[in-house]
Amino acid sequence: MKEQIARYIAGEILKDSTRVVMKDEPLVSSGLIDSFSLVDLALYVEDTFGVRIEDTELTSVVFDTVEQLAELISRRRAGGAE
Amino acid sequence: MTTLVDVLVLSYQETPDRVAIHLLEGDLDRSISYRVLLHGAGGYAQALAQAGVGKGEPVVLILQHGRALIEAFFGAVLHGAIPAIMPFLTEKMSPDRYRESLSSLMEITRPAAIITYPEFVPQARRAVHSANFDCTILLPSDVTPISELMFDCLPGAKRSTEDLVLLQHSSGTTGLQKGVALSHRAVLNQVYSYADAIHMTHEDIVVNWLPLYHDMGLIAGFLMPILLRATLVLMSPFDWVRAPHRLLQAVSRYRGTLSWLPNFAYNFCAQKVSDRNMEGVSLSSWRAVINCSEPMRWKSHKLFLERFERYGLRREALATCYAMAENVFAVTQGGIGCPVVVDEVDRKAMQEQVAQPAQNGSDTMMNLSAGQPISITKVRILGEDQRELPERHIGEIAIQGACMLSGYYNRDDLTKQAFHEGWYLTGDLGYLANGEMFVTGRLKDLIIVGGKNIYPLDLEELAGEVSGVHSGRVVAFGVFNETLGTEEITIVAEVDTNDPQERRRIAEEIRQEIAHGSDVTLRYSWIVDRKWLIKTSSGKLARRANREKFLAEAKLM
Repeated sequence: MKEQIARYIAGEILKDSTRVVMKDEPLVSSGLIDSFSLVDLALYVEDTFGVRIEDTELTSVVFDTVEQLAELISRRRAGGAE
Repeated sequence: MTTLVDVLVLSYQETPDRVAIHLLEGDLDRSISYRVLLHGAGGYAQALAQAGVGKGEPVVLILQHGRALIEAFFGAVLHGAIPAIMPFLTEKMSPDRYRESLSSLMEITRPAAIITYPEFVPQARRAVHSANFDCTILLPSDVTPISELMFDCLPGAKRSTEDLVLLQHSSGTTGLQKGVALSHRAVLNQVYSYADAIHMTHEDIVVNWLPLYHDMGLIAGFLMPILLRATLVLMSPFDWVRAPHRLLQAVSRYRGTLSWLPNFAYNFCAQKVSDRNMEGVSLSSWRAVINCSEPMRWKSHKLFLERFERYGLRREALATCYAMAENVFAVTQGGIGCPVVVDEVDRKAMQEQVAQPAQNGSDTMMNLSAGQPISITKVRILGEDQRELPERHIGEIAIQGACMLSGYYNRDDLTKQAFHEGWYLTGDLGYLANGEMFVTGRLKDLIIVGGKNIYPLDLEELAGEVSGVHSGRVVAFGVFNETLGTEEITIVAEVDTNDPQERRRIAEEIRQEIAHGSDVTLRYSWIVDRKWLIKTSSGKLARRANREKFLAEAKLM
């Protein structure tokens, strides 16, 4: 899942499929992903993994890296409480 | 009524309990009546007086979107000072870079006071110190609302109509050193004549998510409804960008009638709002959704209408406007009372600077009219020799009228350059046809991203800081993206190294430098060999020519 997310970010958001997005690389706080693309990322996650991310969660406090996002998705899929 | 203070005080006296602003914070509605607004503002006016701020002195506001910003803004006006709203530091920006941009503002504006949060005081002090002057720093927590507004005691009540009421800046070093200074007269002239153009009354309900440091957000989406006693529903741009459906839900909930959006927002809403967020939403109350502040595209209107017609959006609600801070806000307005005029023209002739009506079956393009000049503003199209051009000929748009800026604050040099024989030269290109104005391009080197004006020089300087990049050998420009409905920022940098890894590092660092040092994000970071960039005969970089070359090589179009 992490690789899939990283590939999506590199290819669709950064428009550079050769770019390696590290799983612990800060994405939001670093400005690598701008606010407009965060909405895309949330829609992609919903479509691909069937998990909803609320707009209030689109901040670096909730997730800032591929790893944290993947964890969030896994927790939601398992139906665990947030 | 000669000043904003006169207008505000009258609302305070006549309709103190009327809600001026529904301030939305997430799902909460914090309503602010005229009484509460002016009592809050009065607290700031009092604090400025106690701090020894004189009338006619600038006050810089570094506050997040919210109640403190609103009250501090009007507090400065009531005190007769000149508020300037500074874009707030975003998460991605480096505090040091932000302070540098603050210093740029300070050097020219030299405010008598800064109103900001405690955590920001050290940054503000350092910025003031590096600009080599002194000023008071006030905190919202030090300000207490007053319990009664004593009109006669307000220094702002004694201002004349020609006195300055506010400063407006765009972002980046260049923009922050170029504050558009506006008088009470100019602002009120704009408010009344623009209200006339869009038939705005106190029955209108404006729904706005735009930032208040921007002319569209500040004038159309904030001052106009408050001064005209229309209702304002105000949400934060940070909330909107993460959840564009909140705008549509607010329109439905408050029966909103008017909104202003930059072109990209039409695409953004159409593409990002999902059906589940539109349950029960009706957009039938929207009588005008006004496209403004970046090139307006017919396709964006079409996309928006196709997406939201099923939710009651009316075709005739789609409107257009051409505006700039130098004219306070609107220059022209289209689509009120009759649909926006679409001019189908010959694509080839456009390249020869003539907008020729399309012949059957030829290669054509659809130009969206920006409408007709508002009543107190005149528009001319000038050729390269600065003589007026005939209809349908493309040239520089020049304007004149009763809501022009007083000048660029403390920059008489720039003010002089901006005018030719009493006409303000906009740097935009366009043509007139049957009284309608069409904006077709730009003469000036300016990038407009999502309605934000970005100066390429500022980005080039940031990129020049990256090791391996030489200043003077890097160029920044915008590339229009049809899907997004706005421009994307591209930087092309010449480097000496051929090592692919080193080149990747440089590309990445340029991207980071732009993210941390400006309020935009870079889309394409393009590394090229020496001598790739085209220079003019005088050795300057030709941004336009390099843009063409980039587009040809990168095959984006």
